[in-house]
Amino acid sequence: MNEKRSFKAWVTSGKVNRRLCIFTFMFVPVTLLLVFTYIPFFKMIGFSFYDMKYIGEKEFVGLKNYMEVFTREDCFQALKLSLYYIVASFVQLALALYFASVLSFKIKGSGVFKGLMFFPYLVCGIAVGFIFKFFYTRGFVLDTVLQWCGFNLEQLPYWLKDTSINNISVAATSVWRYMGQGMVMFIGAIMSVDASLYEAGDIDGANSFQKFIYIILPSIKTIIVLNMILSITGSLSVFEPPYVITGGDFGTGTYFVIMNKLAHESQKVGLASAMAIVLLILIMIATMIQKWVEKYYFGVGDAEPLREIRKRKKRLEAKGGTR
Amino acid sequence: MSKAKMKRTLISVLKYITLILGGFISVLPIVVCVITAFKTPEEYASTNVMTLPKNWFYFENFIQAWSQANMGVAFRNSIIILVFVLAGSILTGSMLAYVLSRFKFKGNGFIRNLFLFASLLPGIAMQVSVYQIMYSLGWINFLPGYIIMMCGTDIISIYIFIQFFENIPDSLDESAIMDGCTYFGVFFRILFPLLKPAIVTVMILKGVSVYNEYYTANLYLQDKNRLVTVATSLFKFTGPLGNQYNYICAGVIITMVPALIVFILCQKQIYGGLAAGAVKG
Repeated sequence: MNEKRSFKAWVTSGKVNRRLCIFTFMFVPVTLLLVFTYIPFFKMIGFSFYDMKYIGEKEFVGLKNYMEVFTREDCFQALKLSLYYIVASFVQLALALYFASVLSFKIKGSGVFKGLMFFPYLVCGIAVGFIFKFFYTRGFVLDTVLQWCGFNLEQLPYWLKDTSINNISVAATSVWRYMGQGMVMFIGAIMSVDASLYEAGDIDGANSFQKFIYIILPSIKTIIVLNMILSITGSLSVFEPPYVITGGDFGTGTYFVIMNKLAHESQKVGLASAMAIVLLILIMIATMIQKWVEKYYFGVGDAEPLREIRKRKKRLEAKGGTR
Repeated sequence: MSKAKMKRTLISVLKYITLILGGFISVLPIVVCVITAFKTPEEYASTNVMTLPKNWFYFENFIQAWSQANMGVAFRNSIIILVFVLAGSILTGSMLAYVLSRFKFKGNGFIRNLFLFASLLPGIAMQVSVYQIMYSLGWINFLPGYIIMMCGTDIISIYIFIQFFENIPDSLDESAIMDGCTYFGVFFRILFPLLKPAIVTVMILKGVSVYNEYYTANLYLQDKNRLVTVATSLFKFTGPLGNQYNYICAGVIITMVPALIVFILCQKQIYGGLAAGAVKG
């Protein structure tokens, strides 16, 4: 009895309790992180040097898988498709920014428009796939709408088969799906701008375009630039739209679609791992550039942007180097 | 003056035109699906896709889609997955965030960086080797295993919680400790109840992505008779049923209904949650 109480007292005493708390609270999430992120990550690095399947023997092949990634027609071709998605994500950002700035001001029915444009974000990816397979089918939705606008069905391409246009069709669906999300995000950012700035603008007789250029844009430029850079890394790893709409056929297979096929259909696990690592390195580089841009132009947290510091130094030096 | 006024009306007319166009394009693909889902097979075969159905109470397609895609089981599984994954990741995420934001100890920064770096790894690529781990654990076609895996792959919610903890003053913890509360007590009795807004945000963001997740569900829950989820149930329509769009559209609409209900009920929280998640990046 006595010993038990003293044990309890020992456990609840400050330092021990603190350690115990740190340990127990971190145990589960860190274990999960190790098992489902880091162990697979290091395993994948290992896999990339082998010729192997999920089950059975494996053979060490050195850098051959990596050579193959760069020489295989389909892998490298697939990386070029990222350009379509980069353009699409810029279009998406521009549209999101436009609608966000329109909807941030008093306008009738803004809630309805916001809801309508946002809802696609909540539709599940595979459903989006079916919706757009249907939408683009010959003589169906898109063709009908275009015929109303005076186009002739004969002149219209096969949206998902014609290799000159199908990547644009597929990339457009991701604009459709994610534009509303970007818009809601930007509305949040615009709303957090000090309202007195708009009032001051009103007093000075600024119209809404001027308010956009001189008040909104400067206040939310950080989030815009960050989203632009994020969309580049996002575009490298596009997977869902082509996977669910065309299955990667007719030249729409992006890098990850090809990788998925190699891993789970052809069971070329080594090659797929090498592909993943190559892309990961590309993403790391892009992220490092992003971090640098963030630090240089905007400053992290409360820190001043490096650019400002450098400018001030130069000014001081020009003045005669006095501190 | 009248010229300026005309200009202003012109601009607002243009604004409305773009808004209507944007709204139209956003809903058109979905509306056509709704239209098609109510058509009889004869109507579907003979009329243009944009023609409205004769009878808006023709539910045969929905009944067909429901039974063919095994959606009863799918909804049951999805609800089980949602409940456990949300509970698991909210509990573990908030506990981890508590430790990382409240205690200074060796390795704190290291663990933060581990999670940060993990968020850079593209999920799809990781599945190449996660699959192997799930396989050796014997967790393919094993619902609890899938749930545990889904709890583990979450980084954004941890950041939302950390951000939230940093806005709760430390003095609150300290006074509780003075009163003889243990650190566990501080977390469960005092801080956790205060986390409510952050929990709502995480529930929404995580809930949407878990409900819509089909790639990993398809990979790890391959037994489609028993372990189908709402998202993977639609795969039923890829094979020979691939162009029976009256059934497919009905199936798509069914999967969308829960999302629509949640959206209508918690619009404010969804918008707020997205904006909050975005600020952090």
